[in-house]
Amino acid sequence: MHSAALRRLSLRGLALFYLLAVLIGPVAIVVWRTFDNGIGHVWSTLTDPAVVHAFVLTVEIAAIAVPINTVFGIAVGLAIVRRDFPLKGLLNAFIDLPLALSPVVVGLSLFLLYGRGGWLGDWFARHGVQILFALPAMVLATIFVSLPFVAREVIPTLREIGDEQEQAARTLGATGWQTFWRITLPSIRWAVIYGVVLTTARCLGEYGAVAIVSGRIEGQTQTATLAVEDRYDNFDLPGAYSISMVLAVMAILVLTAMIVLKPKEAER
Amino acid sequence: MLPIAAVVWQSRAGGVSTFWSVVSDAEAVSALELSIVSALAVAGINAVAGTVIAWVLVRDDFRGRSLVNAIIDLPFALPTIVAGLTLIALYGPRSPVGIDVTGTRTAVALALLFVTLPFVVRAVQPVLLELDTEMEEAARSLGAGEGTVFRRIVLPNILPGILSGVALAFARAVGEIGALVLISGNLPFKTQVASVFIFLHIQSGDRAGASAVAVVLLAISFAVLLVVGAIRHFATRYERA
Repeated sequence: MHSAALRRLSLRGLALFYLLAVLIGPVAIVVWRTFDNGIGHVWSTLTDPAVVHAFVLTVEIAAIAVPINTVFGIAVGLAIVRRDFPLKGLLNAFIDLPLALSPVVVGLSLFLLYGRGGWLGDWFARHGVQILFALPAMVLATIFVSLPFVAREVIPTLREIGDEQEQAARTLGATGWQTFWRITLPSIRWAVIYGVVLTTARCLGEYGAVAIVSGRIEGQTQTATLAVEDRYDNFDLPGAYSISMVLAVMAILVLTAMIVLKPKEAER
Repeated sequence: MLPIAAVVWQSRAGGVSTFWSVVSDAEAVSALELSIVSALAVAGINAVAGTVIAWVLVRDDFRGRSLVNAIIDLPFALPTIVAGLTLIALYGPRSPVGIDVTGTRTAVALALLFVTLPFVVRAVQPVLLELDTEMEEAARSLGAGEGTVFRRIVLPNILPGILSGVALAFARAVGEIGALVLISGNLPFKTQVASVFIFLHIQSGDRAGASAVAVVLLAISFAVLLVVGAIRHFATRYERA
């Protein structure tokens, strides 16, 4: 018994020490460091028009990307679970690609496609539409990297609930739309919301892909994460910490939402 | 959503012709090597640390356990650039614990450990939760030591979880940029990883070099997805049998 207790305690100690060194320690220190140079610097950084613009732009991009990915995620989830079509397995595997792929590669793909000499780049240039180094490319990059989250949450839930209720609704004369709005969507709503939370977190925090396609022009195409890097590169460490703090607070809100939503999903 | 296919294809097409000459360039090789080796090391550390953390979260009980459980997901929620900055705050030039790793390969590994932390934990935890302790008790009552119980009973059950978590952590680590771009210093031949190589070569207009390395990363991602799919397939078939 004695050795079992000892083993348990040492495992617990090991796990907690690892978490402290890798995760909890750094995050705790950054809070302290932010206010090292006084609240004044934090305030002046966060009210700087360029930084405000960066945050507004980040939220704008997320506001476009999240709804698109939500609709896409539900549609793909339904297609994979409820329908049968050729190459379904391929689509199922392909959905996960953004999770396994470097965001830099995503950025490069968009850069090549929409840049000078790219398949679509020249066509858009002839029609006077700026894609690269502007909002469209940044939105596209963000959509790409946050693509799988809604579908990944919706698919297992759809499998679990089965299609008996949907069939019953159809037998009773409901149209496809009615069935979707009254039966399917309400029963997967927690999975959808959870997926939306994950998507939002990813959209707000995207760095690698956006860094490539945005051109990183301060006050124009600089997002919040790019502003952090910019401040750091210009030796304004307290400024970088200040912007990071706001992003970290957003992350903690997301985390809280995840915790609140998770049990509800398990309950059903 | 079809452009995605075209996008992926385009990035391949861009690099195929000059692929070999560029990808065998010393700087590219060094960056790829660093990415792959450190991702392997980080995946290995995660296999052990992630399993221990999952075990402690499921089988142990202490004050604050649910808080620790909640914090595990933080690397998924926190922007990676912020993750890198937090590491600088603790392990940077003004470190309160006197450890400065900026510009070293240790920094690369630390950043990767931070962002890949949840993968193995979250893959193993649900399996451990569902695992009946009866089997373990039976083994114990038949005289098996703790080591034997873990090796013969627990490990075979959680192995698919560990492996798929490790594979995803590896994929994430190979392509990571945000968390390590600030702390690693991005020194060619020393701390410049593949994704930073791509990034810097796009900036300097070297599309061929960037594309060639990107294709390698793309191939790795596809391979990992295949492996994860195979693990899942095998694990569910094993269950059914």
